[in-house]
Amino acid sequence: MQIDWAHFSPLAGLAGGAMIGLSAGSTILLIGRVAGISGVLAGLVPPRRKDADWRVAFLLGLFAAPAVIGVFRAPAPPVFDIGFGTIALAGLLVGFGSRLGAGCTSGHGVCGLSRLSLRSLAATLAFMASAMATVFLVRHVFG
Amino acid sequence: MTRLAITFALGLIFGCGLYLSGMTDPQKVLGFLDVAGLWDPSLAFVMGGAILVALPAFRLAAKRRTSLLGYAISPPPSRKIDAALIVGSSVFGIGWGLSGVCPGPAVFNLGLLDGEATVFFAALIAGLALERLLPLFLLAASPAEVEQDGR
Repeated sequence: MQIDWAHFSPLAGLAGGAMIGLSAGSTILLIGRVAGISGVLAGLVPPRRKDADWRVAFLLGLFAAPAVIGVFRAPAPPVFDIGFGTIALAGLLVGFGSRLGAGCTSGHGVCGLSRLSLRSLAATLAFMASAMATVFLVRHVFG
Repeated sequence: MTRLAITFALGLIFGCGLYLSGMTDPQKVLGFLDVAGLWDPSLAFVMGGAILVALPAFRLAAKRRTSLLGYAISPPPSRKIDAALIVGSSVFGIGWGLSGVCPGPAVFNLGLLDGEATVFFAALIAGLALERLLPLFLLAASPAEVEQDGR
């Protein structure tokens, strides 16, 4: 294993992570809701729409973040370097899988682990392992 | 209204944290997932930082029946570790590994008004809807099971 020292950014990671934790922790303490983004989104998708107002408000804040950051420095658009077909397939798998598994990186990885939930630990290990295996196959076997 | 303004601010903080941490950059995420290549461990610090701050809040919330603003606190979710949890999470991981994008960054990147990010987000919503509709398809396909479940 070789460490990518050129891109390693532990302090920005810790600081950004702390902000994510501040948001998720405040959401459960103030609003009483879990800030798992796939869950927040899914609650707005038919046929099971429920308590839409806070979901929309949270997502609008997340959506507005690039504009607010842009006041200081315009965020670069994401670089995918995969075709539109793969992007669409990946999006579909992310949406479908995160709902079937009842959570994503924020729901299980941040909120669930902060709750010391074994179920979320199992989910986090599963998606980390499958994501690492996927990158291994794409970059080192078929790449 | 105050509650929605606060919730908007919480979403904004979440988004700024995602950006600062590098989670909104698919190549940064893939650098973390590529343990066999040049590995960038930064995202482990993101999760560590997030849990460090969120853990006390969730502990406190677990002891309360209502939130500090007086709203009901979501009950703890199921504790079951079942096939749906593992299969679903693994499927999610494949999509995350292919693209480097998970749901939070997908919403953030949509705010950049980028074409590819919009395609990803639309597909993500389709995936959510598909999962929601799946039980209906299954119920339609196997009426015997419907009776068994008493639904």
